[in-house]
Amino acid sequence: MTISRREFIRLMGMAGAAGMLPASTFAAAKRPSDLYEIPKFGNVCLMHMTDCHAQLNPVYFREPSVNLGVGNAYGKAPHLVGNAMLKHFGIENNSIEAHAFSYLNFDEASRAYGKVGGFAHLASLVKRIRSERGNENTLLMDGGDTWQGSGTAYWTRGKDMVGACNLLGVDVMTGHWEFTYKDKEVIENIGEFKGEFIAQNIHLNEDAQFDYKFSEFSGYNEDDNRAFKPYTIKNVGGARVAVIGQAFPYTPIANPQRFMPDWTFGIKDDAMQEMVDQVRETEKPDVVVVLSHNGMDVDLKMASRVTGIDAIFGGHTHDGMPAPTVVKNPGGKTLVTNAGSNGKFLGVMDLDVRGGKVRDFRYRLVPIFSNQLPADHEMQSYIDNVRKPYKDVLEEKLAVAGETLYRRGNFNGTFDQIICDALNTVNDSQISLSPGFRWGTTVLPGQNITMDHVMDQTCITYPETYRREMSGEDIKLILEDVCDNLFNDDPYFQQGGDMVRVGGLDYVCRPNNKMGKRISNMTLDDGTPIDASKKYVVGGWATVGSKSPGRPIWDVVADYMRLQETVSIKKLNTPKLVGVDGNPGVG
Amino acid sequence: MAKSSIKIRAKIKKGACEVKALMKHPMETGQRKNKKTGKKIPAHFIQEVNCTHNGQSVLAAEWGGAISTNPYLSFIFDGAKKGESVTISWLDNQGGKDSMTAKIK
Amino acid sequence: MSTDTKRRLFLKGTLASGVVALAAGAGLINPRQVLAAWPKSAFEAKSVSEAMKGIAGTDTAAGNDKITIKAPDIAENGAVVPVKVDATKISGVDSIAIIAEKNPTPLIANFKMGKSTHAFVSTRIKMGKTSNVIAVVSAGGSVSTARKEVKVTIGGCGG
Repeated sequence: MTISRREFIRLMGMAGAAGMLPASTFAAAKRPSDLYEIPKFGNVCLMHMTDCHAQLNPVYFREPSVNLGVGNAYGKAPHLVGNAMLKHFGIENNSIEAHAFSYLNFDEASRAYGKVGGFAHLASLVKRIRSERGNENTLLMDGGDTWQGSGTAYWTRGKDMVGACNLLGVDVMTGHWEFTYKDKEVIENIGEFKGEFIAQNIHLNEDAQFDYKFSEFSGYNEDDNRAFKPYTIKNVGGARVAVIGQAFPYTPIANPQRFMPDWTFGIKDDAMQEMVDQVRETEKPDVVVVLSHNGMDVDLKMASRVTGIDAIFGGHTHDGMPAPTVVKNPGGKTLVTNAGSNGKFLGVMDLDVRGGKVRDFRYRLVPIFSNQLPADHEMQSYIDNVRKPYKDVLEEKLAVAGETLYRRGNFNGTFDQIICDALNTVNDSQISLSPGFRWGTTVLPGQNITMDHVMDQTCITYPETYRREMSGEDIKLILEDVCDNLFNDDPYFQQGGDMVRVGGLDYVCRPNNKMGKRISNMTLDDGTPIDASKKYVVGGWATVGSKSPGRPIWDVVADYMRLQETVSIKKLNTPKLVGVDGNPGVG
Repeated sequence: MAKSSIKIRAKIKKGACEVKALMKHPMETGQRKNKKTGKKIPAHFIQEVNCTHNGQSVLAAEWGGAISTNPYLSFIFDGAKKGESVTISWLDNQGGKDSMTAKIK
Repeated sequence: MSTDTKRRLFLKGTLASGVVALAAGAGLINPRQVLAAWPKSAFEAKSVSEAMKGIAGTDTAAGNDKITIKAPDIAENGAVVPVKVDATKISGVDSIAIIAEKNPTPLIANFKMGKSTHAFVSTRIKMGKTSNVIAVVSAGGSVSTARKEVKVTIGGCGG
């Protein structure tokens, strides 16, 4: 099909409204010379951050080079990496945006553009937008995974982040890793949080319905059994904006249930539909949005089934998407965004709301480059104070990075490999297993690796390590189980993590196959085939069932690093992938 | 009197009586092994549950060992009024039994 | 089916179990007599087919979209899986049985409704592995089923 230039320009103009051409929306948006000059549009400005994982200071963060989409997700956002992703969104090669959104030329570009994120720099941007738009025309939403991910968050039980969010002026949040503190601490932290904590999909389980220890908590509703307030109504720019919360549906499966014994989660899209209908009926809002921690693939499916939502602001899967995906459903269209991770981005959606309806929108996922946004003094001094008691521990230099150390991607990253190597070396195991988390910051070659970095990669409330015998069959069962959480072709069965990382073990992976048929040709590093009935000594950490007996993982990794001048990997235990040739989710 | 193993909540909702009950019971299937001794833990589970209102049976259940430990049961029936009572009783495979009556709210 | 027929069927059911259990609960008879009433062979059956024959008299029941099973897509804990069966769109329901296809002994429970009781039940079951949960609904001698898969996973490793 050929279209005239005139027609092309007309289509581009419509793209913002219809969201049909993500590439052109982005191309049009990035023109101004100042990265942070975001043209005003409409009357309602919704700001969205998510999955900062307690990164108060600027960091490096490498986006994935492998993020495979299977089934219907093949070749679609967010399953695009490198050049395929730049092309899809119309991002110029070698530009600052190309660095923000892709892994391409990572080391070189990181040195050129500097660190990303940091709450002091984020605070400057938020203040700038509030003053440009008018404070009363803005709302700041946080999608969660805010209280976990750094040493200070762990030691203060998330309180450092509650304070930082209060200072930033977060209006409303939902959660996931927040629930991995003790339930009592979660309730306490929500009490200290000045915004509202919302989740429509967390209910009391059957036991708790008979005797609930937080029956006095203001978010609890005895009538519908919800543990937290499901939604809130905010007046923004003269419009009534309803924000419905959706916490991570699989929290008690992906994380230890013992931390949240009274609460049951789930996607509950039927309850979401009821909630949207009820809110539209009783509150008469002009705009209905969902603040979600579902993960992008789950959000896309939910948007196709639930009607009446204008936009879903998503997180969990850490997909930094420059433009929303527009999803059709029987009631109309829903925009689905995902705002990346580690404090690297702020999503800014401007809405033109008139006559009780959203007429048009503009969206930009703004990268926070700390060299280009001044640090907000008040926030910086808060951060410095929070870190003070832990500074010496956190700034201990453990070794020098011999190469780029990163995690994000469907399979082993280099920092994961270091963790796996550390487990095998320090705990004397043959094979090691490490969770496929998507958080964890990046260290550049030649940079000092500090305890801060190790905590960024390992900091959880169940850090204990184990060393135990497992049969070859057991190991395969684990790999198959986790692989199905990643590559099940029904998004509602995906838990939003990456593949379990392995040390000392190679295998072949067929992501397009069904569960039980994806993993084969397992061998030890020396090529010896894994025998299903033979026992192997396996080291690992982060068990969700019961507490493991060993030392915290960060001590094991730090010990391993202290023994070396320069840390690099000998070999990356990443599987041989079969059936993914041409998949734009592989860089 | 020993504390009952049964907790009941009965409430009139939209004209019908919603009953929720929680029973304290190990619900051993007889298939599990004691990890230390390697010996099978004997089956011990509730087999029959009966729920009555004004002396009439409203629900009669037969259970196997695969009902979860500390069983939960909820059901709804018509024709009850606030202040009346419901009684739930159970009987297990070892002859153990319990019964509890609660007022409808 | 008329209410009378349903009531007769129900009484037949309760005579076999419920009323007897109550009598035992009240100390009127000794538990050994009760054990005879509990459908041992159905609960000890190793296959879905045998379990269905034992509890509903047939293993060839058709699927029925008037029955809904509410259970999680992925169990938060395989030992405690909440299951709700709603067959209120079918009239004259006498009983609802719950079966977990891949449990070593698939039959989990059978619930017999009184004449004023809604065709609805909610409970929690143990599931050893990923499997269909099957609801078997008997109404006036006609038996129909519904199924829903529940995934039982090792967990962990989430984003």
